[in-house]
Parts: sequence; C-alpha cells; structure tokens
Amino acid sequence: MSKTIKVDYLARVEGEGALYIRIKDDRVTQVQLKIFEPPRFFEAFLQGRKFTEAPDITARICGICPVAYQMSSVHAMEQLLGLKVEGPLRELRRLIYCGEWIESHGLHVYMLHAPDFLGYADALQMARDYPEVVKRGLKLKQIGNELVALVGGREVHPINVRVGGFYSVPRKKDLVPMVEKLKWARDAALETVRWVGTFDFPPVEPEYEFVSLRHPQEYPFNEGRLVSNKGLDIAVDDFENHFEEEHVPYTTALHSVIKARGAYYVGPMARYNNNFDLLPSGVQAAAQEAGLTSFCRNPFQSIIVRSVEILYACEESLRIIDQYEQPDRPYLEAEPRAGVGHGISEAPRGSLYHRYRIDDQGVIQEAKIVPPTSQNQKTVESDLYQVAVQNLHLPEDQLTWLCEQAIRNYDPCISCSVHFLKLHLERH
Amino acid sequence: MKRRPKLAVWKFASCDGCQLSLLDCEDELLALTERIEIAYFMEASRATVRGPYDLSLVEGSITTPYDIKRIQKIRRSSKFLVAIGACATAGGIQALRNFTEVEKYLPLVYARPEYIHTLEKSSPIAAQVPVDFELRGCPINKIQLLELISAFLQGRRPNIHPYSVCWECKMRGNICVMVAHGIPCLGPVTHAGCGALCPTYQRGCYGCFGPKETPNPASLSARLRALGVPEDDLVRLYRTFNAEAEPFRQESAAHE
Ligand code: SF4
Ligand code: SF4
Repeated sequence: MSKTIKVDYLARVEGEGALYIRIKDDRVTQVQLKIFEPPRFFEAFLQGRKFTEAPDITARICGICPVAYQMSSVHAMEQLLGLKVEGPLRELRRLIYCGEWIESHGLHVYMLHAPDFLGYADALQMARDYPEVVKRGLKLKQIGNELVALVGGREVHPINVRVGGFYSVPRKKDLVPMVEKLKWARDAALETVRWVGTFDFPPVEPEYEFVSLRHPQEYPFNEGRLVSNKGLDIAVDDFENHFEEEHVPYTTALHSVIKARGAYYVGPMARYNNNFDLLPSGVQAAAQEAGLTSFCRNPFQSIIVRSVEILYACEESLRIIDQYEQPDRPYLEAEPRAGVGHGISEAPRGSLYHRYRIDDQGVIQEAKIVPPTSQNQKTVESDLYQVAVQNLHLPEDQLTWLCEQAIRNYDPCISCSVHFLKLHLERH
Repeated sequence: MKRRPKLAVWKFASCDGCQLSLLDCEDELLALTERIEIAYFMEASRATVRGPYDLSLVEGSITTPYDIKRIQKIRRSSKFLVAIGACATAGGIQALRNFTEVEKYLPLVYARPEYIHTLEKSSPIAAQVPVDFELRGCPINKIQLLELISAFLQGRRPNIHPYSVCWECKMRGNICVMVAHGIPCLGPVTHAGCGALCPTYQRGCYGCFGPKETPNPASLSARLRALGVPEDDLVRLYRTFNAEAEPFRQESAAHE
C-alpha cells in the first residue's frame, strides 16, 4: 500500500510553498518541502546600485522582517567602510529590532502557530472561542509595529535606516509614551509564555546543531560571533568558509549546510540555546516556569521560545528607552572606499548573512545574501520525516495537519528564501 | 443575515508586505470580519472558501508563464479586482530586470529551464487583465487599504487622491527638505499616500508610491541636477520600486 501526503499550497507561512511526502508499505520514502515562489533576483539588481541603497532595496525581500535586511546590510557596509556605530545610535538599532521581533513573533505565535495547537484553521476562527486571547495577541503585535514605526517611520519597509545610523533620531520625549505600552506588552508577553506552555507538544527531540550569533554581554541582535552547540565559533567574515549552499531541483530555494556536518538549525531556539545565560533572570524564570530548561530541542516548543523572546524584547526596549539620550548627530558620514564587507544579524527567523563588494565610487559589484529560511530547509525536511514516521497510524487529514504544523514550527518565510539562487549560465 | 461579501487575497512575485498590511490593521481586523468574509487568504488561514469572490486584492507582479494563467483565472472569479502595491501596479523592484541588456544580465537571470521558469519581464497586473482599482505604495498604506475596503462595502469610490507628496508635506507643516537643506527629493512627482514620511524624517522622498497623476519629472530632474545630482544617480533615483511606471521609466531612460 502506498499513499501520498500532499499540500499544494501551504497556509500560514509567508510566501508560496508546498509539501510532498510519499509513504510506501508503512515506510516514508520521500519528503520534499517545495518552494515555488518565483525568484526575484535581488543579487542581480544590487549590482550597479550605490552602497547607500542596499538597506532600502534588500528590505523589499521580505515585508515581515525588513528591519533584519536593513540591519544586516548596514552592518556589512559599515564593516567595509571601517565605521563603528556606537552609543545611542547602536541602542536605537537594537530598539527597532526589538519592535520587529515583537511584531513578527507576535504574528507567528498568535495568528499562525497557536491555531495548530488548538485545532483551528486560523486565528479569526480561534477568536470566536478565545476572543480575549486573540485580542491580546493583536495588541502585542501592534505595539511591536508601533515601535518599528516610531524609530523607522513605518512598520513595513521603514524609511529611516541608513548606512552610518539614521536619517533622524527621536527625542527622548518621543520615546517616553511607549513606556506604558511596553509595560503592558511585557505583562502580556509573560501571559503568552504561560499560555503557550500549556499546549501539548508531540515528543520529538532531534540532535540539532544550533547556529546563532553570540555576543559576550548581550542577547544578540546585530553583533557577535557565529557559534553552535557543536563547537562552531567563527567571525562573521568566515561564514562562507564554513557554510555552503546546495541547489536542489524541486525547489526554487537553496539548501544550506555546514560543510563539516550538514544540516543545522537557525532561529529563536538556536539563539535561546546558545545564549540562555545572557537572558535577564526574570525572563529565564518565565521560560522555566513554562516548562523549558536552558536548552530546548523540541521544535514544537519553539512557540514557547518565541514567546520568551517577545518577553525579552519588551524588557530590552524598556531598558533602552530608560537609558536613552538623544545623540548629537543622527548618523556617521559614510565615504565610499573599495572593499568587501560582511554582516550577520538575528532576524526573527534566524541568522541573516549579507556580503557586499563595492568599488571606490561606492557602487556594488557583488552581493550575496543567505536568509534564515533557506538555512533551515534541510532541517525542516528531516523533522518532517521523523514526524511522519512517528505518526503513520494517524488518519490522513490529521497527519497532513501535523506535518504542516511541523513546518510552521520554523515560521518559514518563503519570500525570503527564494531570491538567492545560484543560477546557471545559458548561452544562446 | 445578509450574505457577507467574500474577500480574497492573492499573491504573485512580492515580499508579502502589502498583504501583511491587512493583518497589521490590528484594531479593525476582528470588526472587519463581521462585515466581510475572508474567503481566501493563505498567509492567514488554511481554510479556503470557493469563489466567485466579491473583492480580490492582488499583491505582486507577474513573472512566470504559470502566473499569467493564474491571474486570468482569478480575474474570471472576481467581481472587483484591486492591485495592491508597487509590485502589482508597476512590476515592483523585480521589474529592474526589464531594463538590463539581456546579454549582461543573462548569467544571473536565466536559470536552467528544468529548474526555474521565469519570464523576461516583470509586469504589473493591469498589463495582463483589467484592474478595477490600484492602490499605490511599496508598501501600501494601511489606512488607505481600510478606506478602500470600506468604500467597497458602501458601494462608493475610495477617497484616495492622485496628488503629490509635496501636498502632504504642506498639510503636515513640514519644511521642504529640498528648498531648506538641498536634499534631493522625488516628492514633487510622487503619488501621495504615505503622509510625506521621508521628508518628515529629514530624508528626500525616493518615490515608493510611484508617479502622481500628470507629473513633470523632466523639470524636477533639472532642479536635481542643479543640486549636484550626477546623471547616473538620476537614473537610479527613478529606477527603484516603480521603475516600470511609465513616467519614471521614461525619465530614467532620458539620463542613461
Ligand atoms: S509593493 Fe513593496 S511592499 Fe508591496 S509586496 Fe511589493 S515589494 Fe512588498
Ligand atoms: S516620502 Fe516618498 S519614498 Fe518616502 S514613504 Fe513617502 S512616497 Fe515613499
């Protein structure tokens, strides 16, 4: 007997993907996460553009995490130009990133992932039975959006980020009205952690290699070394020496692997596992109360980890606003010079790598971008394999749903993952 | 109870940012679903309701042969079809491929055909099927989106104006960044809708809402040149998220 689990268009993920699993005689013989989103060729457009345009152009790769693209690109350019953005400007960058984590994680936890655990097709249906919960989620997400808009001008594709800093910086009194809202958000985030901690989690605990930034003093956003629980510890510049991408025919996205060991895992769970000691004690306690230890390996529990990161981002925003003093200048002057720059920042979905080569006029000669979702793709497939094997006895519709849920554990952003094909030359 | 009109949200080549604007209407979303049935919205729900749809919002541009067929089918099952955002109204940033000499671009654009199918050009929705309304912006403004949906529900025309960003600057009481600080700004030729965001942040407009009605980019370019903007920067300035919109396309070509 053979059967096929097929989902032609995955819902509640960002972008267009499909799932295909083949089962023959009670054995799973094939698992494919297909991405059919049409490629948009960003790496090609970037050639010939000015280095100052990279943050605005790359933001358009993804409407859900534009800040991540802006941050990775400006850090890569600043490394290239030998600029060091410090003090309040550096803090403002963490602040806008906090907003994006709150917004993006809030969207995923409440609107995209929780309905799976509670058996609803979507959050709007869930709202009929849990109106207060859904309203809490929407408000939390809204506060994240407000924070991005306050620093960046708007929530999708902020206009205020530039190489060297910002076009203009908020006054202290512009930020202060956020404090009350963020205090509410902090309480709501704590309730979120407790709420998702009560869900049922299928028992899956693979041996992952978790890869994320690690900074000596802080939970990472923009700076640090790239580390893993299996001994990886490299400078951001070294990324391409340790990682490579494979082109797989059935998908328009590339699969990333660690050259030495294969598939790996990026995202909230990787950050959490590599940086648990850097979370404030209150946040650690909330995580433990919800049933996590300092190291989490169950991909279904990523919903708890995401909620813990919302809590952290609220606390961190409050700290930043409290200590903020308006800088004298909104940005450092950025004079072009020829060179290569690398940047990694922690997008809501995981480490996002950018590399640029520019000439002495500041014109981009070459760009390379490796987004989190393509890094996770191989790992998603191996999770799917395991989930399918463990649950072959389930009726087909339930098994299909469970597999979809296993994909949504990664909050995959398919729009991000497809733009970076290594394309083959075809001469006519 | 009267049947609620059915809303569908479709995606083509895009970043998802415009459809996300619908989920970003946090205060209005639940109330909205009382008035309109969200019948097809893959980013938000695994439940889908069959067409025909009363209102279709279409995000993204057409870049594959398969998508041409898909948009035609969507048009047939939609009573009122609105293109949302620069990708859908002008081909988006991915329309930059339309400008490059094919020879130079080949190595990066043409994949092995068995791996990828892509068209030579990225085109707006209106180049493929009739469109009932276009909402501008990269991304669209969510207040304009709500206005569009309310107008649809009330059977009136949306109250959305085709004048320039300059106009919004004046309404906000901004000091002109170009006159006061000599910052190059596309505001005079750019469609309103963002609330003059960039000038408010001491930055020149970069035209993400595309051309306003009857713009005069040639005259603006003369002014920008006087401010010291070199020719190749002028090309880049008009050639971003709305590069394929006719007035911007022509003006960028004039400086090549
Ligand atoms: S118009 Fe801009 S924001 Fe909207 S989908 Fe296209 S790239 Fe994204
Ligand atoms: S000022 Fe121009 S570039 Fe800035 S948001 Fe408005 S339309 Fe877009």
